[in-house]
Amino acid sequence: MARTAPLQEPRLRGRRWWSEIGWRHVVGVVMIAICVLPLLYVLSASLNPGGTLTGSNELFRTFSLQNYVDLWPRQFGSWALNSLLVSGVTAIGTVLMGGAAAYAFSRFRFRGRRAGLTTLLLVQMFPQMLAFVALFLLLLSLNEVFPAIGLNTQLGLICVYLGGALGVNTFLMYGFFNTVPRELDEAAKIDGATHAQIFWTIILRLVAPILAVVGLLSFIGSYGEFIIARVVLQRPERFTLALGLYNWAADERNARWGLFAAGAVLAAIPVVLLFLFLQRYIVGGLTAGSVKG
Amino acid sequence: MSDQSTLPEVVPDDDPGTERGRRGTRGTTSHARSIRPGFIAKLILIGTVDALGVYGVLAAWAVQSWGILAFLVVALAVANWAYFSRRMLPAKYLVPGLLFLVVYQLYAMGYTGYVAFTNYGDGHNSTKSDAISQIAAQNERRVEGSPALPLTVVRQGDDLGFAVLTEDDDVEVGTPDQPFAVADDATVEGGRITAVPGWDVLGFAEVAQDQEAITSLRVPFSEDADGGSVRTQDGSTGYVFRSALEYDAAADTFTDTDDGTVYTPSASGNFVSEDGERLTPGWRVGVGFDNFTSMVTDSRMAGPFAQIFLWTFAFAFLSVATTFALGLFLAITFNERRVRGRRIYRSLLILPYAFPGFLSALVWRGMLNERFGFVNDVVLGGASIGWLTDPWLAKVAVIGVNLWLGFPYMFLICTGALQSIPSDMVEAARIDGAGRWRIFRSLTLPMLMVSVAPLLISSFAFNFNNFSLIYMLTGGGPNFIGTPYVVGHTDILISMVYSVAFESGVKQYGVASALSILIFIIVGVISYLGFRRTRTLEEI
Repeated sequence: MARTAPLQEPRLRGRRWWSEIGWRHVVGVVMIAICVLPLLYVLSASLNPGGTLTGSNELFRTFSLQNYVDLWPRQFGSWALNSLLVSGVTAIGTVLMGGAAAYAFSRFRFRGRRAGLTTLLLVQMFPQMLAFVALFLLLLSLNEVFPAIGLNTQLGLICVYLGGALGVNTFLMYGFFNTVPRELDEAAKIDGATHAQIFWTIILRLVAPILAVVGLLSFIGSYGEFIIARVVLQRPERFTLALGLYNWAADERNARWGLFAAGAVLAAIPVVLLFLFLQRYIVGGLTAGSVKG
Repeated sequence: MSDQSTLPEVVPDDDPGTERGRRGTRGTTSHARSIRPGFIAKLILIGTVDALGVYGVLAAWAVQSWGILAFLVVALAVANWAYFSRRMLPAKYLVPGLLFLVVYQLYAMGYTGYVAFTNYGDGHNSTKSDAISQIAAQNERRVEGSPALPLTVVRQGDDLGFAVLTEDDDVEVGTPDQPFAVADDATVEGGRITAVPGWDVLGFAEVAQDQEAITSLRVPFSEDADGGSVRTQDGSTGYVFRSALEYDAAADTFTDTDDGTVYTPSASGNFVSEDGERLTPGWRVGVGFDNFTSMVTDSRMAGPFAQIFLWTFAFAFLSVATTFALGLFLAITFNERRVRGRRIYRSLLILPYAFPGFLSALVWRGMLNERFGFVNDVVLGGASIGWLTDPWLAKVAVIGVNLWLGFPYMFLICTGALQSIPSDMVEAARIDGAGRWRIFRSLTLPMLMVSVAPLLISSFAFNFNNFSLIYMLTGGGPNFIGTPYVVGHTDILISMVYSVAFESGVKQYGVASALSILIFIIVGVISYLGFRRTRTLEEI
């Protein structure tokens, strides 16, 4: 434990070491225990075939994959597919629409540009979910005209999410688009490229990092989104993972705890992996976006 | 208006070779004229959109949704104009996103504002004419002395209907949506209808199976709600029913045919008799500011609402304060080069942030369960503490769980901010004789706040509307007793909106929207304060 100091600095020992370095390790270990314990608890509960809350309290008493097998006949598969579909399409749509809008604001000078940016900034202050009652009523009336994007459809939910895409992401992307030197598009234009060619083949490639960040944030955001999904999707076979797992966990009488835990582990894996893998970008994007407004 | 303005000095005006594709006025090789894959893709996309749009226009026409129809026409015009016009380059890139934004965000916000001033909700769901026909249908009684009609239950696809033998020995068939009409060529044997062309006749077993649907089936004689209808109890005899309430279109009143009571329309969107008896359903009417004031004027709601209101602020503030304090403390703790394994500590410490938030809240809900939860049972050795059932402990639990969920974010941004503080400044302060605490207070913290303060404000705004956490962890409970809506001690405004709109038995979209507007205003003020700090507006 005491082999801490780099070569150039004098080694700290005893009380001095504790007051300068040692306590930091204590804090770290305690905090890690607090962070990891609930996660270990879910993992352990998911491996416990009994599946009740009480039965889950002895960590790693049993090891059985029964819960993971039982998930599939109970619509978990379709929830997972729904979630991937909704979040995936939303992420792609958000990237494309946000990128296109940011390109327009960054590269063209047109009447209403400033007003447009200001409006987006204002809209961005009000999260879409505040209007969930109106969204419900809107989809209710769309049911008669376009049943495919009305209540209880994944497509309807995706459309609602896409409605929030421009407000949230355009600014983040706009800032990044501005950092791409304009000389590049001008050179391409002189060589005869059209605005569409410049957009698809030059700009989008150069801003790929921000596209990845926005896509990921959008994916993770809609993957965990609950309130609008709950308002829009009402039939169990249409649920996303968030809705389905909520129903299992909130259902205390039927003791679906083991199932919930197994589902939670599976549902969390893609997000945790994405997050840890792309941590640097996500954090950068988060702070950049927030600082921008 | 075109992209030309972005490069005024680069393109010499006398060089026609570089004019291609910008305005197309010279026409020879304009990109829109030459048939390239991109142009074909554009044609296909716009064609699809147009086809869907036209379908939508027709469908909206059919169900008389004039608002949707008008919007579709305008949207189609804008889309086609933007993509087939040579000018309006920015529009080509903005239109798709803007259309979604307008419908699903701007319209939704505006509609929230409209609904907030109406009594939209259960019992007031629709228009007055819908309400009139529903009242007439719901108040039907068997007509005294009317004959029992031999009846057969029939089916066409999924639609159930009745075939009856009228007194003139005609066979008439109808469904709830399709009034009775004479069916020719039906087979009648021994006073019973045994076959109707185009319809399946249900046998006894099938009738027994669908009994509930059949006994509630109402097949009208005409489109007019006053025309009466046929219903059955046993699936073999039908009786004529007629509304006990008669609507008089000229006077706009309902009259009870039994005792002559007259019901007149009231300002609150119901037909009301002189004794104050109301007919349901009613219809949507504007109610002014009633929805806004109802939280204060209703004595059952005033106290709980005040508590929820204050708790929302307290929750948001405490969430930011606790997560920031812990995150900053940890960031400082591990911002020390001599600590070994910092990388490992850091990646493990952000695990709660990487784990999807809705799952964490649900896991904690189980762990904090009073009787079987991990916290009481194992950590506290079999204690029985009502973490989620005691009003104050539930608040503590909500803040605590949110601390667990949220400190890694603060840890990350504080670490970033700390690392950007130049180390020579700290060095200089140390040489000037400043102690650790002094350096932190007078140097580190102010420098940190410059970049972190806007994030704290947006974190406040986020937690102000942190619906998932509250809904998943406590469901807002423990509940207040005697309130007209199901709301509880840990409910925040947004979860109260949800409860009022969907979970309190009687759905009250009007009141819920009024509460949403309240949140809009608060969030707007908070964000305005945030803007003033960051001066983002000036950067445009």
